[in-house]
Amino acid sequence: MPVYNETVMEHFMNPRNVGEIENPDGVGEEGNPVCGDMMTFYIKVKDNKLEDVKFKTFGCGAAIAVSSMVSEMAKGMTLEEAMKLTPAAVADKLEGLPKNKLHCSNLGAQALHEAIKNYLEKQKKGGK
Amino acid sequence: MRKVYLDNAASTSLLPEVREAMLPYLGEMFGNPSSLHDWGDGAREALDEAREKVAGLVGGEPEEIIFTSGGTESNNFAVKGIALAQQGKGKHVVVSAIEHFSVLHSARTLEKWGFEVTEVPVDKYGAVDPEEVKRAIRKDTVLVSIMHANGEIGTIEPIKKIAKITGELKIPFHTDAVATAGTIPVNVQELGVDALSLAGSMFYGPKGTGALWLRKGVRIIPLLDGGIQEGGRRGGTENVPGIIGLGKAAEIAAARMTSRIKTMTPLRDLLLTQLPKKIEHVVVTGHPQNRLPGHASFCVEFIEGEAMLMLLNSKGIAVSSGSACTSRALKASHVLLALGLSHEIAQGSILFTLSPENTKEDIDYVLEAMPPVVDRLRQMSPLYAKFVKTGKGGK
Repeated sequence: MPVYNETVMEHFMNPRNVGEIENPDGVGEEGNPVCGDMMTFYIKVKDNKLEDVKFKTFGCGAAIAVSSMVSEMAKGMTLEEAMKLTPAAVADKLEGLPKNKLHCSNLGAQALHEAIKNYLEKQKKGGK
Repeated sequence: MRKVYLDNAASTSLLPEVREAMLPYLGEMFGNPSSLHDWGDGAREALDEAREKVAGLVGGEPEEIIFTSGGTESNNFAVKGIALAQQGKGKHVVVSAIEHFSVLHSARTLEKWGFEVTEVPVDKYGAVDPEEVKRAIRKDTVLVSIMHANGEIGTIEPIKKIAKITGELKIPFHTDAVATAGTIPVNVQELGVDALSLAGSMFYGPKGTGALWLRKGVRIIPLLDGGIQEGGRRGGTENVPGIIGLGKAAEIAAARMTSRIKTMTPLRDLLLTQLPKKIEHVVVTGHPQNRLPGHASFCVEFIEGEAMLMLLNSKGIAVSSGSACTSRALKASHVLLALGLSHEIAQGSILFTLSPENTKEDIDYVLEAMPPVVDRLRQMSPLYAKFVKTGKGGK
């Protein structure tokens, strides 16, 4: 049996929402190359909803599939909903990850949350 | 789709001649070599013949060959067995920083048993400096174990020079020759070693087979206590079909070695020279000249090895990587870090290991398939984006 299931492979081979957003409303970075994976999430917010989500990822097959799934799940969510997106929910939606790759799903959700926090901080500073 | 297997360091294929030679011993020739009847005699004779062939491959005597279950057992046996047998003289062992885990972890186990271990460093090409070994040796050193060649970076170590040092000091010297025996000329007399590990699955023999060559007179404590098999040094009924296969593979390796090397070397050189030309920011790992004939290894900057491996697999190309993500322990390869490479660069490790079955068309296919794979992952990589924007983060 291959290490990754079909859903993970499909997202790895055809990742959704790869790239950067020009003038993003928020940017979040998580992980570092020492541990093997690093993800950057870019978000565009409109009416308290994630209008657009894009990512760049340095990492293994699981890290890329997780990033793709997080971006797909998060798009259209309200900020509150997106902040509640858990690594377990991402891994579930991918129909499971190998045990030693579960940390990749943590990174994906964390990077998205960081991007939202970044947006909220900017809003505060903006005086809104 | 074209299928190109370039992961011979993980396992070679089983030669049809080897399989043929094994088949009778999986059938009617089922006797136990220790038995004193016709069935036993048949198995014993075949075992003796295989022993001669394996001894012949490395220039040793048949009675100096101990059959094992492979490279890992041979290395465990040599490191633990020789150190334990000598512990009355001292409890210090010298290894290199880039040994296979079966040597390094055996040394770690010796530490738990009260031994001290010195790891000698390597240079940026992965070569051990014999002078470093000399410096590491103490009065209580009872074993030196340095590999003949490293399977991950292909570098061939100066075993003869190290053996000169250990020989003068009369310290047993073991070399892990799993990557070299059956691939390049290995002669225990010329090398001057006292023990040498080899494995059948590295030269078109069966998995689960290997041997430790142990120079007559060198003492060793068995790992497996049992009967009188292998001169009482390894108990347990012999893996007869496997050993017959190992013997056949050794015989063929000796006969075809020169032509195999001749076939693989130019293909290896094509990869080593062309890949860095086709793809920017690629580092060759290992020694530029003193390396295994079928071995080309690189680190591709800004991307990760497992993702690269998976995309290449989708194009029918089988390779391996020493990246943290591809290891079960999620740690970057100790070999690549010992070369002084950063974690970041080590993550992009990729390893092509050839067989004589590979053709120039195979390599051309790889050289064509690889750049788009790398480009695709780089377009996805935040590290590459940063590098493009700031010029920082490259090697």
